[in-house]
Amino acid sequence: MTDQFEPTIIGFTCNWCSYRAADLAGTARIKYPPNVRLIRLMCSGRLDPTFVFKALASGADGVMITGCHPGECHYIEQNYKALRRFHLMRRTLQGFGLEPTRVRLVWASAAEGAKFASEVASFVEEIRSLGPLHWGKNNGKDDVQSPTQQSKPEIAEVPA
Amino acid sequence: MTPNAKPKFAMYWAASCGGCEIAVLNIHEKILEVDANFDIVFWPVAMDAKYKDVEAMEDGSILLTLFNGGIRNDENEHIAKLLRRKSKILVAFGSCANEGCIPGLANLSDSRELVYTAYNTITTDNPHQIYPMTSYDVPEGEIHIPTILPVLKTLNQVVDVDYYMPGCPPESKQIAAVIDLVISVLEGKAELPPKGSVIGAGNSTVCDECKRIRNIKSIKSFERIWGIAPDSSLCLLEQGIPCNGPATRSGCDARCPAAGAQCIGCYGPAEDVEDYGARLISSFASVIDSNDPEEIDKILDGLVDPTGQFYRFNLAGSLLKAGVPAWKKEKA
Repeated sequence: MTDQFEPTIIGFTCNWCSYRAADLAGTARIKYPPNVRLIRLMCSGRLDPTFVFKALASGADGVMITGCHPGECHYIEQNYKALRRFHLMRRTLQGFGLEPTRVRLVWASAAEGAKFASEVASFVEEIRSLGPLHWGKNNGKDDVQSPTQQSKPEIAEVPA
Repeated sequence: MTPNAKPKFAMYWAASCGGCEIAVLNIHEKILEVDANFDIVFWPVAMDAKYKDVEAMEDGSILLTLFNGGIRNDENEHIAKLLRRKSKILVAFGSCANEGCIPGLANLSDSRELVYTAYNTITTDNPHQIYPMTSYDVPEGEIHIPTILPVLKTLNQVVDVDYYMPGCPPESKQIAAVIDLVISVLEGKAELPPKGSVIGAGNSTVCDECKRIRNIKSIKSFERIWGIAPDSSLCLLEQGIPCNGPATRSGCDARCPAAGAQCIGCYGPAEDVEDYGARLISSFASVIDSNDPEEIDKILDGLVDPTGQFYRFNLAGSLLKAGVPAWKKEKA
């Protein structure tokens, strides 16, 4: 129990459905593993694949992308865009030798707090069985930081 | 010290193909201006000079060094650090030094696998299974060859870089413009751009320079360039041909699309694109005309090698930098 691997998961949620599902899970006191760090976007269509690559390169073991159910997007059809990006992203990551299941797409409406919680729980278990990724730590890049990357100013945190 | 008072110029090739040197020679008679204005002190492909000669120079004594090629072995790394010390202005010249380019694709494989492929595949005649050794004892003493690094690095992952000049190779016209700029700086007629700038390229995308007609893009299948007869005036991506123009930096006058071939992205990421492949994933995914997961998958089957398509030039300089086999080796 003590040395069980605890994966770090970055979860992207959309403001209108899945973030509210997470909220509902909270108000309903549904328990789910604390491994997921949620980042709220206005829409799953806002999800630039760069975010996912950056999360993986910076040490995340898995990335969960969540949005409104197909046909229910607040911005009409942007979640379809997320769906297509997700498919293409998984194929690209496979080319890097990464398990494509490290990135998961979940649809959750604002009423589906329980579904959200169970998806997080099952994803955490799946990543746990895949083992740590630790891309940022093990790819030998931490010793040679790119000077241009270093010189870039830190972007200030914007509180939600 | 030579009595020559002209500023010193150096050019080096690390892991590269030599195309950048040819592009420099392609500036034709302008090369005479380079010679008239600079004392060429080190340029292995064009003149005889030893590493020792460079080591003997004073730090910062070379005014301009164009460094092409990625950092593939410890010799490349040593020379990159040496030239950084000796040069006032170090330019990452060409795609390899900027972002890894084609040699960077080797970052998808374990370096042992690379050596194995080079010395033990069906096209190689190596009946005694002889592999290169990094050090070897001969009667005269021990001899060394450079050691391959687990992953290819870009120049700025190893040393501080002053300017970036993209392209595979950089267009000769752009090289000539940069040389003109440096000469006018020497004459006091112009100022150098701020450190870290991309020089010899545009600030927009290849699409911006492309003359093809663009409409709303919506495609049902990806095509290979040899599989269809593309319309000569219509945007290639609109015709299903995976053209990398939307994420690629301008500066080449969109030569490939003008000639009927898709952009393959040799000018690297456009301004403010953090991850070239990710930007392309976004743009390709946006033009697929389907909302059905199964159909999307079927359409994507038409993109036979997405990783190669999106990171042909940019792998070593991307956010992920290398594939799992390469970094597992780095860890070991």
